[in-house]
Amino acid sequence: MAGELAPYPCSMWNYAPAPETVKVPIASRYGLFIGGRFVPGRSLLTTVNPANEEVLSEVALASAKDVDAAVSAARKALPAWASLSGAERGKYLFRLARRIQERSRELAVLETLDSGKPIKESRDVDIPLVAAHFFYHAGWADKLSFAFAGRTPTPVGVCGQVIPWNFPLLMAAWKLAPALACGNTCVLKPAETTPLTALRLAELVAECDFPPGVINVITGDGTTGAALAGHQGVDKVAFTGSTEVGKKIAAGAAATGRKLTLELGGKSPHIIFEDASIDQAVEGVIAGIYFNQGEVCCAGSRVFVQEPILDEVVRRLTHRMRSLRVGDPMDKNTDVGAVNSKSQLDRVRHYLGVGEAEGATLCVPGRTGDDVGPTEGFDKGFFCRPCFFTNVQPSHTIAREEIFGPVLSVMSFRTPDEAITRANNTPFGLAAGVWTDKGSKIFETARQLKAGVVWLNTYNKFDPASPFGGYKESGFGREGGLQGLRAYVKLTP
Amino acid sequence: MTDRIDILKTYKMYIDGKFPRSESGRTMEVRRSDGKQLLAHACRASRKDLRDAVEAARRAQPGWQSATPYLRGQILYRIAEMVEGKRDELSELIDAAHLASKSKAKGRTGGPLTGDREVTLSVDRLVHYAGWADKYSQVLGCNNPVSGPFYNFTIAEPTGVVAVVAPDEAPLLALVSLLAPASCSGNTVVALASDTNPLPAMVLAEACATGDVPAGVINLLSGDRAELLRHVASHRDLDAVHAGNLSQLDASTLRAGVAENLKRVTVHEGVDWQDVEACQHPWWIEPMVEFKTVWHPSSV
Repeated sequence: MAGELAPYPCSMWNYAPAPETVKVPIASRYGLFIGGRFVPGRSLLTTVNPANEEVLSEVALASAKDVDAAVSAARKALPAWASLSGAERGKYLFRLARRIQERSRELAVLETLDSGKPIKESRDVDIPLVAAHFFYHAGWADKLSFAFAGRTPTPVGVCGQVIPWNFPLLMAAWKLAPALACGNTCVLKPAETTPLTALRLAELVAECDFPPGVINVITGDGTTGAALAGHQGVDKVAFTGSTEVGKKIAAGAAATGRKLTLELGGKSPHIIFEDASIDQAVEGVIAGIYFNQGEVCCAGSRVFVQEPILDEVVRRLTHRMRSLRVGDPMDKNTDVGAVNSKSQLDRVRHYLGVGEAEGATLCVPGRTGDDVGPTEGFDKGFFCRPCFFTNVQPSHTIAREEIFGPVLSVMSFRTPDEAITRANNTPFGLAAGVWTDKGSKIFETARQLKAGVVWLNTYNKFDPASPFGGYKESGFGREGGLQGLRAYVKLTP
Repeated sequence: MTDRIDILKTYKMYIDGKFPRSESGRTMEVRRSDGKQLLAHACRASRKDLRDAVEAARRAQPGWQSATPYLRGQILYRIAEMVEGKRDELSELIDAAHLASKSKAKGRTGGPLTGDREVTLSVDRLVHYAGWADKYSQVLGCNNPVSGPFYNFTIAEPTGVVAVVAPDEAPLLALVSLLAPASCSGNTVVALASDTNPLPAMVLAEACATGDVPAGVINLLSGDRAELLRHVASHRDLDAVHAGNLSQLDASTLRAGVAENLKRVTVHEGVDWQDVEACQHPWWIEPMVEFKTVWHPSSV
């Protein structure tokens, strides 16, 4: 086990640049998509490319009045859309799914420019899942009466949907597809820093001749999101984002009793048992925390390794991390792209500092010299090299709080009970990973973990047919699969 | 003057399998239907009693969840048997403090809700949910046909510790209707009884204690609802709340607790407790379950 590890090719060879060459037109200014057409916004926000800090476009900052207009448009469209037969509603969604497939490369490029995620992820993961999500839910539209034993589902009404910047178009799909399939109308508010793909989706919606008002897209900042979540005309609020904001939205919704689903933060654990396949586990840990720069709510940010294999896991992890290429998100070879924004990079930096100050040991395998910080040495843009902490105590801030960056905490355990207790010792409960080749052990561990998604000998896998969502303070409700429909229907006898 | 003085019953609460009085020493009066005559004194639970009950429920939860579903079903069925055996005592208590005006409004199905009928419906409801213990995850869960070489399934699991808040009316039936779905699915329960007539709930506690319910799995408190609801809402170790037919004020007090620790709060409105169709189905269990989706690669 302690044999020499062969050097990774990239430590010997330099790769030639392999930029994605598809050019995507971006308008200099976008309006709000309300009632089936674009209307100009009164005030504006700029959206930048986080890889080079250049301004990509200006988008509208929707005011409370704009939110009003969008909610009214959705309300107006509701009766006709809700009473349309499921089969016909489904056809609109099938049409949109196909259009997304046709325009997938363009959407992938736009997503990478606006969010900083590597083109190979937006091209191979995000956008294919977006199309799959619409296709899956299109098929549900005329089958809902079979989904809820003994009950009849009816639409909830107007849905206000506020989504994050880490998977901009995919989160839009997760929100819109089930809502529309169930006969609801929507007002979608994309994140402040990543509005472009949602606006492009609005163009596709218009191309597909959706009835006006069924889908409305309003851009803006936190105030826009708060206005939408608190709007009296909204029947259901769906929010994906931080637990902090989620609790505020929950408090607002509590006062009115409106339906609410929340998909919030996480501090998801991996448990690696001594009988795991170590290389497979290391690959899983890499996929778990460095996918999308670690800006993933279900990121596996705490790794518990059984003591006898701790050193070996750290050695192989360090070795594997040297091969991760950090840089231009538009390069097809890039593994880790740009952090989404300056403020997010500052947040990551803050936690890196706190981790070291509290006594943990930082390891940055890919850096060029010991004196170079993980976020230093880049000419422009917002970047952070993948890194991990060892000597982490459970009480450390970095082991408790969500960092939302490419930063991992490695800890050890002796007995399975200890691993499970420590893995569950968090207010969050979104996801978990377990690594062992022993079947009975893996299923018992999965049973005892308080997490909505448990990946066994794999991690960060997503599918429209598979429900996603958390226990405890990671939120409530599920997205995707049969259970994901529940939040978008009322059940009557 | 009678030959013999009746032995009156002291009603106590049910926490962690024991029958304590409130640690606060407080009691409250339970009046007969006329609102004047004293029926009995009940304990008036304090915030500390609530805390003790939640702690007991938390300790008991992993064991109750891990108990075989078959066993959970049998224990709930056993409670039904014990309630049946206490029919006379329960129906007399219900009738003695009968809320005539409210039960008329809620008793839309199947005639007036007498104490005897309330016991009958409660027993049947317990039997119904006893049967769900080993079936709800089959109806609410499923396997998922994902696009890839993975074995993927979604199971329904108990949320954890559930606070049940009973309304004033139907002091046995409403409580049982809210409690049974929580309990059969593997949650442990801290229940607040009707605050105008908590006595049937305290007799239900005796049925639980003699029905092989493990200590802490079901805890029953009597007290002032308005006082206790704030503490239920703010308690960070409660995972869910299951309530029905509360006032708007009480409902919003409970819902405000969502923002505390994202506890799952369900407050049913306008429930007709006699309506079997409305109160007996797995969608009354679903608000107190969590869906866990498990992936495993499939290959040789």
